[in-house]
Amino acid sequence: MADAIVQVHSVSKSYHRDSIEIPVLQNITLDVPEGEFLALMGPSGSGKTTLLNLIAGIDRPNSGSINVAGTNIVQLNESALARWRSRNVGFVFQFYNLMPVLTAFENVELPLLLTHLSKKERKEHVETALNVVGLADRIHHYPKQLSGGQEQRVAIARAVVTDPTIIVADEPTGDLDKKSADEILLLMERLNSEFKKTIVMVTHDPRAAERAHTTQHLEKGELIQ
Amino acid sequence: MKLPKLIAKNLMRHKLRTALTMLGLAVAILAFGLLRTVVTAWYAGVDASASNRLITRDAVSFIFPLPYSYRDQIAKIPDVSEVSFATWFQGTYVDNRPDHFFPRMAVDAETIFDLYPEFLLPLNQLEAFKKERNSCVIGAKIANEFNLKIGDILTIQGDIFPGNWQFVIRGIYTPKDKTVDATQMFFHWTYLDEKLKQDAPYRAGNVGWYVIRIDNPEKAPAVSEAVDRLFENSSAKTKTETEKAFQQSFVSLSSAIITSLEIVSYVIIGIILLVLANTIIMSARERIREYAVLKTLGFTSKHIFFLVAGESLFISIIGGGIGLAFTFPVVAGFGAAFPTFFPVFNIAGSTLALAITFSIVVGGVASIFPAIRSANIKIVDGLRQIG
Ligand SMILES: Nc1ncnc2c1ncn2[C@@H]1O[C@H](COP(=O)(O)OP(=O)(O)OP(=O)(O)O)[C@@H](O)[C@H]1O
Ligand SMILES: [Mg+2]
Repeated sequence: MADAIVQVHSVSKSYHRDSIEIPVLQNITLDVPEGEFLALMGPSGSGKTTLLNLIAGIDRPNSGSINVAGTNIVQLNESALARWRSRNVGFVFQFYNLMPVLTAFENVELPLLLTHLSKKERKEHVETALNVVGLADRIHHYPKQLSGGQEQRVAIARAVVTDPTIIVADEPTGDLDKKSADEILLLMERLNSEFKKTIVMVTHDPRAAERAHTTQHLEKGELIQ
Repeated sequence: MKLPKLIAKNLMRHKLRTALTMLGLAVAILAFGLLRTVVTAWYAGVDASASNRLITRDAVSFIFPLPYSYRDQIAKIPDVSEVSFATWFQGTYVDNRPDHFFPRMAVDAETIFDLYPEFLLPLNQLEAFKKERNSCVIGAKIANEFNLKIGDILTIQGDIFPGNWQFVIRGIYTPKDKTVDATQMFFHWTYLDEKLKQDAPYRAGNVGWYVIRIDNPEKAPAVSEAVDRLFENSSAKTKTETEKAFQQSFVSLSSAIITSLEIVSYVIIGIILLVLANTIIMSARERIREYAVLKTLGFTSKHIFFLVAGESLFISIIGGGIGLAFTFPVVAGFGAAFPTFFPVFNIAGSTLALAITFSIVVGGVASIFPAIRSANIKIVDGLRQIG
């Protein structure tokens, strides 16, 4: 598929613990077309997070190539990769990972500090993003003052505020009750359908996977069709 | 919002911890400033000494007198332009409290102010002093401190030279600049000697030390040698050296204390460095996950380094600034409490510069290791941290 926005080719990854090499991913090849909403499933320890991290450019493979939106990210050096991430990837984590000392507004504003946007432009972007996730009335709240579902929505606003090429989400509903989880999934679906965002989402939850267009299964470091 | 704001918000996270660390820095810088000021005050006496003055004293010890007859012999030595002399009188003013102490000396009224041009005395006062046998001149600081005016009687209880001594104040000298001691008292050596002739004739005809002025400071070694050679075979051998060397030997007893004060002042800085480093390491460790998240979002190692080092520098500069601000009133108060003990007591420019430098250096050095470690954290490892 030539127009796939994410092209993972023959990627292997292992970690070292002490002197023992722990193979995590073996020879993974995966294409994600633009506008896709992909769910990655698999048992614990199968390497889902590792694969997601490789695609998002926060970890490096031992071998193979990873092309995202035309850039071979394996070849980028540390700072180029950081710049690339800030422009191309939106992250959603299981535990939200908001800065506890910053308000919802400031958390969403964080990635924009790396851009050349003026203060006024940043404010507009942040407000738009918080509007999309339905938290316009909570902009001056601190994470502590928000529910888990609300925190995750702030995190999603932070992920989309830079208008990234892809959104990666690692068990975004893993820490939420059913109702909040449904809201988050609905939001992800909207980002995909309404805003045409390509999403790669790791999940354990079959109901979450149902929302995605495609599901890939990972087992012991290998994709199974 | 900008990154400095994130630094500020991080600082507010543990308000007590931040406040205590800043307070520690303030106290350390204050202590440093005060100790350094004591040390520089001590050395000021040494530094103020002129290089064109030589002191001749008894070869064995400063406490043994020299015959008055040496005076004319010294005056004949080539390159000696003027000879004066003095005797340490000591005595007690009012009582034995240290703040009532100030140097008192019997001097040659005719020449002493020629040799010490840094003591500024109006001409009419100098003339009055020279004319009146039992008169004295005191430093402006003494006059202020004990509320003494010209014409007042200054009563000193003698110890080395027993008796009840009364002097009429005929002059009040002012120091040429801040480094000059304005706490001394001078009276006529002849007055002392006449009394001795009556009460203890065997002690009469002696002076404590000679002060020699040479016009060319480079001649100091040659003149010193000439003086000492002259009295080589006399009953009282002499030792002649520059005033600076003399001052140093004079304070040598206390110089161990001064040196230890100097060391302690640096030790304090070292301790506060460790305290701050500890605080920064703790904070950085707590935030490893947050720094990993920031890096995930595209912030670079430099940004993280800036966050950690900035926090440290903020604490050290604000804390140091507070300490410095308090150093001025504390030093002033200290100086006022012991006005005659430290004749010159000001915060030296070098002390100020050192205190400012240390505030910054401490902040920088304390944060180097945690800042580098935080900056180099691998994102995937940081994200896996619980908490
Ligand atoms: N930084 C690391 N250092 C060492 N081993 C690691 C590291 N990251 C992952 N691993 C190991 O790699 C394997 C796969 O981990 P990964 O987190 O990708 O699994 P996962 O599929 O996301 O599991 P889970 O569903 O529990 O999140 C595990 O055995 C894990 O212990
Ligand atoms: Mg995982």
